[in-house]
Amino acid sequence: MNTKVSIAGVEFKNPVTTASGTFGSGAEYSEFVDLNKLGAVTTKGVASIPWAGNATPRIAETYGGMLNAIGLQNPGVELFKERDIPFLRQFDTKIIVNVCGKSVEEYVEVVQKLADTDVDLLEINISCPNVKEGCIAFGQNPKMIESITAELKKHAKQPIVMKLSPNVTDITEMARAAEAGGADAVSLINTLTGMKIDIHKRDYFLANRTGGLSGPAIKPIAVRMVNQVANAVKLPIIGMGGIQTGEDALEFLMAGATMVAVGTANFANPYATMDVLKGIEEYMKQYQVADINELIGCVNR
Amino acid sequence: MWFMATKIKTAAVVCSITKVTNGIYSMWIKEKCIAVAAKPGQFISLFSKDGSKLLPRPISICEVNKEAGELRLVYRVAGEGTKEFSKLKEGDSIEVMGPLGNGFQFADVKKAVLIGGGIGIPPMLELAKQLPCEKTIVLGYRDQDNFLAEEFKAYGNVVISTEDGSVGTKGNVIDAIKENKVEGDMIFACGPTPMLKGVQAYALANGINAELSLEERMACGIGACLACVCKSKDKDHHSNVKNKRVCKDGPVFFVDEIEF
Repeated sequence: MNTKVSIAGVEFKNPVTTASGTFGSGAEYSEFVDLNKLGAVTTKGVASIPWAGNATPRIAETYGGMLNAIGLQNPGVELFKERDIPFLRQFDTKIIVNVCGKSVEEYVEVVQKLADTDVDLLEINISCPNVKEGCIAFGQNPKMIESITAELKKHAKQPIVMKLSPNVTDITEMARAAEAGGADAVSLINTLTGMKIDIHKRDYFLANRTGGLSGPAIKPIAVRMVNQVANAVKLPIIGMGGIQTGEDALEFLMAGATMVAVGTANFANPYATMDVLKGIEEYMKQYQVADINELIGCVNR
Repeated sequence: MWFMATKIKTAAVVCSITKVTNGIYSMWIKEKCIAVAAKPGQFISLFSKDGSKLLPRPISICEVNKEAGELRLVYRVAGEGTKEFSKLKEGDSIEVMGPLGNGFQFADVKKAVLIGGGIGIPPMLELAKQLPCEKTIVLGYRDQDNFLAEEFKAYGNVVISTEDGSVGTKGNVIDAIKENKVEGDMIFACGPTPMLKGVQAYALANGINAELSLEERMACGIGACLACVCKSKDKDHHSNVKNKRVCKDGPVFFVDEIEF
């Protein structure tokens, strides 16, 4: 039974990774799960300098999901290189580093600083809804997506995955722009911008007022968007949005994703990544699927 | 790298559950591994059985019985999640994770002042039990509903403040400390942020060392998601900014480590 998949020439032992921002750099969850078993660990977004993030409360639970407005707090690429990459390299798993910035120059700086490091893929976060400058401002404009992708391709030594925002009218337009810019892959979806009101305080629940909605509540939207993008571009896709089980992950794979990322489910269940992997393998046994690649995009054939 | 799980999420069994007062419940649960490892000031995460509620509820540890492998949780019903926990029955199972956070450090304390306000009172009980020195316990309430106050009397001198003046000193815990001339070389406090702010100011002004236990909205509960941060005085070694994680670096912080 083959569970290996590959993206841009990088081979992963299985299609399961983590969604950026939900898993830190793996250290905390390594106390619960064996990181060696993951296809890859996708890290929390890292910027050129340390970011302090937003004021608290940064999080609100919603029905079947949650809103977050962390604001990409991160220790900066220097400490990340010194501490987080060596930590992850102890494990037999691939490393996908999520890169964020407030300007094209800042993204370029991070990509350059990671060029000589032993990481496998760079995921470019042009879709975080919780940071005022950069991020989503790039991800909602196809011209910007194409030009930032092309610019980063000039500097990157690793393949780049553009992470797309669902907060757009037509996500295929954004995927095509990434493809035109020379992206090696796309990942989707980032969170959907939402809001919660604290009726007892008669005020916004989150200090940032808005936050990004994640969790099982958004899964059907994510599956639909992955499928649309799979039919619009030739790029491999890392699919995410509300995946909690093997069944959820299989929907994404069949819709057209080559890999899947487990995010919010880690909070509800620290073993979620392992449960997803087990679920996929059980399905393959049950239906005698010899190669997982048979399932990828099968609904489109 | 070779893998060994050092933290667990598992099913605990409810041993007993009682209503302490309006909206506040006391529950003993059996989970040997967590009970054996638990320290005063740590917390555990409780998970709802309802799939629409994803996030664990962090609840402080009120008491531990290591021999029996049991933990006591005293919690307020604050929403649908804690309401579900209040309806548990003896013998029911509940998913728990822990122990989480750092807990209080209390070696070499000679004369301790323990301060608890509102639902910040329960974690002070196990600390009161384990602190081997002379101690005064200052409890702040809204009114005469002085839950747990009787239980603290076995471990030290108890002083009470109430907002409405119905019991003890009218006012807050600092008013009670001043009125009763409470003294000590170390303060341990848990309660709402305004109270902790007052305790911090009092401790710093009087040159008394203190440890404060904070509360903040959490998601993961283990230090990964960076939801529950507080402001730190100096740059934190992990975050590389002036932020500390309440769930992982705390919930207990030294008085001069953090800013409100």
